[in-house]
Amino acid sequence: MHAESLGYIFLNAAVINNFVLALFLGICPLLGVSGRLNTAFSMGLATAFVMLISSTAAWGLNALLSAYDLEFLRLIAYIAVIASAVQLVEMTIKKFSPPLYKALGIFLPLITTNCAILGVALFQTNYEYDFVQSVVYSLGAGAGFILAIVLMAGLRERLELADVPSIARGAAMSLMLAGILSLAFMGFAGLGG
Amino acid sequence: MATHNDSPITMDTFLAGIWRENPVFVMLLGMCPVLAVTNSVSNALAMGLATTFVLLCSSALVALLRHHIPKEVRIAAYIIIIATFVTVVDYVIQAVSLEVYNALGAFIQLIVVNCMILGRAEAFASRNRVGTTLVNSLGMGLGFTLALLCLGSVRELLGAGTLLGFPVFGEAFEPWVIMLLPPGGFFVLGAWLLLFAWVKEMQMKRTAHAGEASAHAR
Repeated sequence: MHAESLGYIFLNAAVINNFVLALFLGICPLLGVSGRLNTAFSMGLATAFVMLISSTAAWGLNALLSAYDLEFLRLIAYIAVIASAVQLVEMTIKKFSPPLYKALGIFLPLITTNCAILGVALFQTNYEYDFVQSVVYSLGAGAGFILAIVLMAGLRERLELADVPSIARGAAMSLMLAGILSLAFMGFAGLGG
Repeated sequence: MATHNDSPITMDTFLAGIWRENPVFVMLLGMCPVLAVTNSVSNALAMGLATTFVLLCSSALVALLRHHIPKEVRIAAYIIIIATFVTVVDYVIQAVSLEVYNALGAFIQLIVVNCMILGRAEAFASRNRVGTTLVNSLGMGLGFTLALLCLGSVRELLGAGTLLGFPVFGEAFEPWVIMLLPPGGFFVLGAWLLLFAWVKEMQMKRTAHAGEASAHAR
């Protein structure tokens, strides 16, 4: 894993092993906030930003905990960092764009429990990425998340005009859509070689 | 501090989680592990039990501490409690079966961010006594495990032609591999949701018909 180029790490996190459609991380916002295109895009940006901060912090924390043989505290330390990063983003958005703050609603604090973010931190630790690789990995993961949620929102906006059987409205329809998107993303698997 | 409705323990406290408020099929919580680890029945079972254990312990502790946790930092406190128990489960599974540990991968640690557990702590454990909370959490945990098994059995059956590792369809069966891959998870869960929505609609139609019939009779 060490010899991989940064470009491959980015591509791997963004499309080949897309966090949402291939690794099933961050499904809740995918189903919850993908109703409108611009809301979905802002949600994606906020998540990607938290990912970047928390992954950077997680790298430092991991180095610190490893130095003192405290690896069993890793999970707790990571989640604490993520929670504070989310708090930071929440305050920033509330200050600069109150309408956006309202639109994201409950899903903003819920970024804390977005598994994609903890997933980035845990995977980069598992793969033993160094600092630059971690940052590139988290950027790729963020880009992949934005891509997935924006694609999903675009599809759902179109579907609003379609005549769907009443039982398929809502979550079931979204899951089927996600399945088809996920099928499409499997095509990227060949990129990895 | 939240209001205290120390409701008595009823059968409904337990059953709510299994059917009426099933965390996966009705509330759509904790979807990530539901989709990710259900490519075989045994993985689904291990994940379900691990999650149930964390849910039980953390909600019991939250219920015990509910008068002592300040309102402002409650979410952080809940997350720390949950993370502690997940660390315990992580090490226990690693010690008991390395095979299961490798199959579930990072998803054991990701139990921390299962919204269902945090949701239970916030919505139920912080307002109820330990006994009530334990019963309710057990129901929720079982409901979650049941949902995982529903998905896991369908995906393993169609994707590998086996159930718990035993072949079901015999030699001639051509496995439908896509069911084991990520898209299969979305499709199977979508299909289950469709089924439940259909059942619900049929029930509603029947009650509506019954209502009309009695109105005509009058």
